[in-house]
Amino acid sequence: MILLRIIEGLRAHSGTLLKAGWGMLALFVVLDALPFLVDKSEAHTAVERLPGFWAFYGLAASFLLLIFAKTAGRLGIQQGKDKCDE
Amino acid sequence: MNEFWLHPSLLLLLGAAVLPLLPQALRKFWLLAVPAGVLVLVLNMPMGEFGSVRFLDWTLEFGRVDAVSRVFAIIMALMCLLGTLYALKVENTGEHVAAWTYVAGSLGVIFAGDLLVLFLFWELMALSSVFLIWARRTPESLAAGFRYLLVHTAGGVILLAGIVLYGAGQGGDFSFNAFSPADPSLAVWLILVGFLLNAAVPPLHAWLPDAYPAATFSGSVFLSAFTTKTAVYALCRGFAGFEILIVLGVIMALYGVVYAFLTNDPRRLLSYHIVSQVGFMVAGVGIGTAMAINGTIAHAFAHILYKGLLFMGAGTVLFMTGKSKFTELGGLYAKMPWTMFFTLVGGLSISAFPFFSGFISKSMTIGAGYEAHHYWAVYLLMLASVGTFLSIGLKLIYFIWFGERRAGAETWNKAADPGWNMTAAMGATAFLCFFMGIFPASLYQLLPYAVDYQPYTSYHLSETLLLLLSAALGFALLRKKLTPNEAVTLDLDRFYRVGGRALVRFTQAPLQAVDRFWAALHEKGGILPLMRSALALAVFDNRVIDGAVDGAAHGVRGLGWRLRLLQRGSLQQNLTFVFAAVAVMLLMFFLFA
Repeated sequence: MILLRIIEGLRAHSGTLLKAGWGMLALFVVLDALPFLVDKSEAHTAVERLPGFWAFYGLAASFLLLIFAKTAGRLGIQQGKDKCDE
Repeated sequence: MNEFWLHPSLLLLLGAAVLPLLPQALRKFWLLAVPAGVLVLVLNMPMGEFGSVRFLDWTLEFGRVDAVSRVFAIIMALMCLLGTLYALKVENTGEHVAAWTYVAGSLGVIFAGDLLVLFLFWELMALSSVFLIWARRTPESLAAGFRYLLVHTAGGVILLAGIVLYGAGQGGDFSFNAFSPADPSLAVWLILVGFLLNAAVPPLHAWLPDAYPAATFSGSVFLSAFTTKTAVYALCRGFAGFEILIVLGVIMALYGVVYAFLTNDPRRLLSYHIVSQVGFMVAGVGIGTAMAINGTIAHAFAHILYKGLLFMGAGTVLFMTGKSKFTELGGLYAKMPWTMFFTLVGGLSISAFPFFSGFISKSMTIGAGYEAHHYWAVYLLMLASVGTFLSIGLKLIYFIWFGERRAGAETWNKAADPGWNMTAAMGATAFLCFFMGIFPASLYQLLPYAVDYQPYTSYHLSETLLLLLSAALGFALLRKKLTPNEAVTLDLDRFYRVGGRALVRFTQAPLQAVDRFWAALHEKGGILPLMRSALALAVFDNRVIDGAVDGAAHGVRGLGWRLRLLQRGSLQQNLTFVFAAVAVMLLMFFLFA
């Protein structure tokens, strides 16, 4: 199955894939800054007009959510076992 | 009735009633024919008001078909067909009966023209859906089912109280129309709480991630579609423009995402994402503009399909391997490639990836938020979108299919793509997710208000690609932190679960001790003295009363015996005795009177 071969190939080159991902993100940020490609008149707030704003937002959101979730877990949301079922 | 109109719920209920009576050979045909018939019926349903029935002082309206009810009915009927196809080989007929009755309840609510009919079908949904949880027949599912039923019963009572108060305030008019957001009465708030409970709005949400993962592999596919989205329909119909719903929707969207990061059970993760995704819809209802309501309905439509698909994928893993924890799975792509592919489509759809259904539906609600200047809400919903991609598009997909293989040898050997019906159901659902993403007009033409929205603009595409790619790279950096572990997540259901256990302990220990003491007191202070006094009275009765009575009887009998001896056989002698006796009595009368 072709799909399986693609997946195995990607898994075998995960480091390269990650670098390609960063490269692609950089490319999209550049494209986002080109007014003839991306029409920023649709943006609703000033910060959205900054080139690559949503890339920054996505990365920051990932870290923020993870930190918040892990902190909530440590504060008691996560426990070793459910004492309710004992 | 204005004209002949067949209620689709009636068709489903009749189909469910006949199903157990059919021979095995006919059942699979029936299982596909009935939901297909319901879908055809709904697709060809004319607009108007049908099924008016006079009952006591009220006119109940079972069939209000308009643009809003029609689009919800179409997706419910479609999901019924897809869900039944997925569950086609389930041998437990009762599960099919429960599923169809549940869908009948949902369609009944959607077509209800008044609050009384709505309540009738609302409760039918709760009572029938619990059997999809109990059908798994594990101690956990039994307990979760009871909790589900108790919570929904409480919600039903609140809803009924609101309906009764509302009807009384309207002079007996129970029509279900939009409530005014300006100064809502207590009755309206109670109705809202009843709806919010079924929409799983925190803090009334905990029943959902508690119950759905406990259901059967196919039951959870049905559960994922109907209860919350029927509540979204009811909110669209009654509560558009209630701004508190924007706040609650945003809280839902983030709450579900945070919990999804922490959970170790794929179906529990998906359950939290129902909470999160319904948050987008609830916020849309709160915004209340035509575009927001369109966005809410479009997102409900798309959500039912992609969430059904994701539950089908997770259910297939459970069905084939018997495992339902990330820590017992991993690396299954090589064993279940088709299931992986379809789940990936579901993951991309819920993440609002371009060319998939979520992209054309979620963005409409976001756009409505921008237009109504609710910027804070939009940015927080975008934050939740990132969380959705991280936890479903990446975590769920990665840790089931691509991550480190944690499955034991037995699980690994059992893992395989499922039978034709489950594969076909997932394939058809995945196709619809993709089709709607490519051809948004196919969905937009069903929406109740005219659509002036174009999802495929350069800005929207750039925004989405930047957001998703950066989140994917964030996942790559944070993957180890996101690795699931055996820990369990505690939610607000803990309060009533702990409360319930405390109640059991209270009844088992102090309450039972009081009961025992009272029983002993009753025996020693009440029963024993009573028995002794009864015994004494029996002796008195036997010896004194009976003695006196028996003695008197004995005397009367002796006197009678002697009187008999006075008989002489001669009339003259007898008359002499009689006259003598009468004379003696007369003498005594005159002497002593």
